[in-house]
Amino acid sequence: MTPPVPRPAPAPPGPMTPEPARVLSTRRESHDTVTLALDAASRRPFQPGQFNMLYAFGAGESAISMSGDPGSPGVAVHTIRAVGAVTEALCRLKRGGVVGVRGPFGMPWPVGEAGGQDLVIIAGGVGLAPLRPVVYHALAHRSDYRRVFLLAGARTPEDLLFRRELERWEAREDLTVLVTVDRAPSGWKGRVGVAPALLDDVDVAPGGAVAFVCGPEVMMRFCVRELGRRGFPDDRIHLSMERNMKCAVGFCGHCQYGPSFLCKDGPVLRYDRIRSLFWRREV
Amino acid sequence: MNEAELLRKHPFTRGLPDALVQRLAPLARRARFPEGAVIFREGGAADALFLVVSGRVALEQHVPGKGALQLENLSGGDLLGLSWLFPGGRWTLDARAVEETEALALDAGALKAQLDADAALGFAVSQHVIQQLYRRLERARLQRLDVYRGEG
Amino acid sequence: MSSLAPRGRALLSLDGLRRLLQHLRQDGYRLMGPTVRDGAIVHAEISGIESLPAGWTEVQVAGAYRLVHRPDSALFGYSVGPQSWKQLFFAPQLKLWTARRSEDGAGFTVEAEPPQAPRLALIGARSCDLHAIEVQDRTFLQGPSVDPDYAARRKDVFVVAVHCGQAGGTCFCVSMKTGPRATSGFDLALTELMDPHRFVVEIGTERGAELAGRAGAMPADEADAGAADAAVERTARSMGRAMDTSDIKELLYRNQEHPRWDDVAERCLGCTNCTLACPTCFCATVEDTSDLSGDTAERWRRWDSCFTLDHSYLHGGSVRASIRSRYRQWLTHKVASWIDQFGTSGCVGCGRCITWCPVGIDITEEVAAIRATDGAQGEGPKEPPA
Repeated sequence: MTPPVPRPAPAPPGPMTPEPARVLSTRRESHDTVTLALDAASRRPFQPGQFNMLYAFGAGESAISMSGDPGSPGVAVHTIRAVGAVTEALCRLKRGGVVGVRGPFGMPWPVGEAGGQDLVIIAGGVGLAPLRPVVYHALAHRSDYRRVFLLAGARTPEDLLFRRELERWEAREDLTVLVTVDRAPSGWKGRVGVAPALLDDVDVAPGGAVAFVCGPEVMMRFCVRELGRRGFPDDRIHLSMERNMKCAVGFCGHCQYGPSFLCKDGPVLRYDRIRSLFWRREV
Repeated sequence: MNEAELLRKHPFTRGLPDALVQRLAPLARRARFPEGAVIFREGGAADALFLVVSGRVALEQHVPGKGALQLENLSGGDLLGLSWLFPGGRWTLDARAVEETEALALDAGALKAQLDADAALGFAVSQHVIQQLYRRLERARLQRLDVYRGEG
Repeated sequence: MSSLAPRGRALLSLDGLRRLLQHLRQDGYRLMGPTVRDGAIVHAEISGIESLPAGWTEVQVAGAYRLVHRPDSALFGYSVGPQSWKQLFFAPQLKLWTARRSEDGAGFTVEAEPPQAPRLALIGARSCDLHAIEVQDRTFLQGPSVDPDYAARRKDVFVVAVHCGQAGGTCFCVSMKTGPRATSGFDLALTELMDPHRFVVEIGTERGAELAGRAGAMPADEADAGAADAAVERTARSMGRAMDTSDIKELLYRNQEHPRWDDVAERCLGCTNCTLACPTCFCATVEDTSDLSGDTAERWRRWDSCFTLDHSYLHGGSVRASIRSRYRQWLTHKVASWIDQFGTSGCVGCGRCITWCPVGIDITEEVAAIRATDGAQGEGPKEPPA
C-alpha cells in the first residue's frame, strides 16, 4: 500500500479566496430579484455603498452590493438581480445553501459629509439596493441630517424592490419617499415617469443638500443634468459607478474608470472628480 | 384663493406682466376632479387647457388586450391638454385623476383668440409651453430607453 | 571603497562568469536567462553560461524582429527579446483555489492554492525590465491588498543585471529614464567588454559581493571601468526611439477625443500582442471550472488584455466596443492614468509593443502625433458640460 501523499499545508486565505457562508433566509423581491441574508461567518462591519464578491459554487463570482442595515450585526444582506449565469445561480439558492464571500470592498457613500444637510437619495432599478443602507443609516442617525428624501424609480410596479418597506417609510414623518415607475397599468396608484423627474417634487436648497445617485449610467446622466439645472454644485453629487469587476482588490485591471479602480477607489465617486469621464463615451 | 390668484401663482404665468395675467383671468374656471375621475377621453373635443394646481393626473392609452396603460403623470404646476393647438382639436389620450386634483381650465377657443391677438402674450405663453414640452420630451426619451431592463 | 562591496566595481573573466552561474545553481537558485529558441532570444531556465545566446543579436523595427549573427561571441550582445520577466512573477495561468462540496451536499470548503516560491536567479536582466518589475510590485505588493503568489515568487530573487551594451531598434529607455544603466534592483550588474572577453561587475548588494568574490572577481582598473561607462553611454546615445514625456499625463487627458485615435483604430487589429509583450501590463481575468460530478470546482487566474471585448463586458455588452476606445484606454492608462494610480509611468521604454505589433503601431509615434496636433478634436463630444 502506498502511503498517502502528504498534502501541502493549506495556504492562508489570500484576498482572492472566498469564505463559505450559509444562507439564513431568502426573499423574492420581484420576478428576477432575490434578497439573501447570509450568516455571521461572512459578517464583517460594512459601510453603506460597499459590496461583497459572492461566489456560487462552480458558476463563478459577482460583485453584489450590501443592501442590509449597517447598524444591525449578525447577517450580511444582499439583493441580487438574475441577469447572468452567476447571478441566476445566486438567485436559485435556498435557505441552508452556501455561498462564497469576499469583502466588503469599496469606498462608501460619504454619509458623514452629508451631516447637517438635506440628503437626497435617488435610486433607479436595482440601484436601490446599495442605497438602502444609506436610508437605514440616516434613520438611525436621524438628527444628523435635515430633511431626507428617497426618490426611487423602477421599470414597472412589479419590479419595485423592498415594496413593503417603501410603504412603511412613506408613512414616516421624518422621511419623504417618492416612487415612480416607467410604465404601469391603469390600476397603479403611484407615479408614472422617470426617476429624475421626481426632483420636481423635492424642494431642496442646492447649497444645503447632498445627492447620492445609483442606477443605470444613462439614468444617472439624466439625474446629474436635472440636479445641475436646480443649481446643485457638482461636488455635492455622488454617483455609484459600475464596470466589469473580477478581483475587487485592484489587481485585475477590469474595473478601471479613467484613473480610478472602481473596486478600491469607487464605486462611489464624487461627480466633480469624474466630470470629464462621465460624459465621454466608451470609458 | 380665487381664479385670478391661482393663475398668478401658477408657473404658467411666471414672468408675465400683471396686465397680461389679468387678461387671461376671465378665461379660467376652477375645476376639481375626485380620485379616479376622467378629465377627458381620447377622441373627445379638445376645448380647454388645464393648469394643474394640485393632485396628480395620469395620461393613459388604451391598448387592446392590455387595457389602459399609464404613460406619464402630471402634477401641480404642469400643463394638461394641448391638443386644441392642432386643427381638428381632439384629445389624443385619456386623462384621469389618480388623486384628487385641482386645476384651472382655460377655455381653448378664447385662449387661442387672445394669443392670436397679442403677440407679446402669444410669445410668452409659447415659450412656457415649449420649455415644459421639451422637458417632458427628454423624460419620454429616457423612459423609452427602458434603462432598467437587463441591468444588474 | 572596496571593489567587492556595494557600489564597488570588479572585473570578472568569462570563466569567472561561468563559475558565478555554477555557484548560483549550487546555492539553490534556478537560473533564468536568455537563450535562443524558436528564432528569438527568450527567457527560460538555463543550465549555465553555455545556454546564453553567444554571438547572436537581433534587428528590431516596428512590427518585425529577426535574429542575426554578431561578428563576435558576446553573450549579451542583444537588447530585449519578446519576453520580459513578467511571467516568472505574475504567472500567466494560476490556480487560485479549489472548492469541494461538503458531505451534506449543501456547503463547500475552499482551499487556497499554496503560493509558489521558486528561488530564481535572473541572468542578464536589463534596466528597463528591472524597472518594470518595480512597476508591477506597486500593483501586487504595495496596494491595499497583497497578491500572495506574486509576493512568494518575488521574495528571494537573485538578480544579475546587464547594463545594455547596445540599443535595440525600438528602445527608448533614455526617454523614460529607465536605462540603459541599471541603477537599482540588482545584486550584480555586468557590463560586457570584448577583446579580451570580460565583464565589469557593479556590486549591488552584500550577497552579490560575496558571490562575485567566490567566482574570482578582481578589482577593476580604471581603464576597464572607463570602457564599461563608455559602452553604456554609447548605448544611451543610440536609442532606436524617443518619446517626449513632458506633461504627458495632461497631454493624454486633454486629447481623449483627438482624431489620432480614429487613425490608429484603422490600423490596430486588437490582437492583444502589445499587452502580452508589455512587461508592466497586469490585467487578468478569472475562470471558474467544475468537474463532471460537480463536487469540485476551481478558480484560475489568466492573463487578460484590455484589447478584448470581454474585458469591459457589463451586463449585455462591452463598454469599450470600438477598437478606438480600447487603444485609447491602453495608451492612456500606460503613460497617463498609471501615474495617477501608482505614481509612475506604466511605460519603461523597452519597445516590445512596437516590435511585436503585427502592424507596427509605434507608441512613440502615436504620442508624438497627438502632441503635434495637441487639442485637435475628433467626432466625440467636444467638451463635457461644465
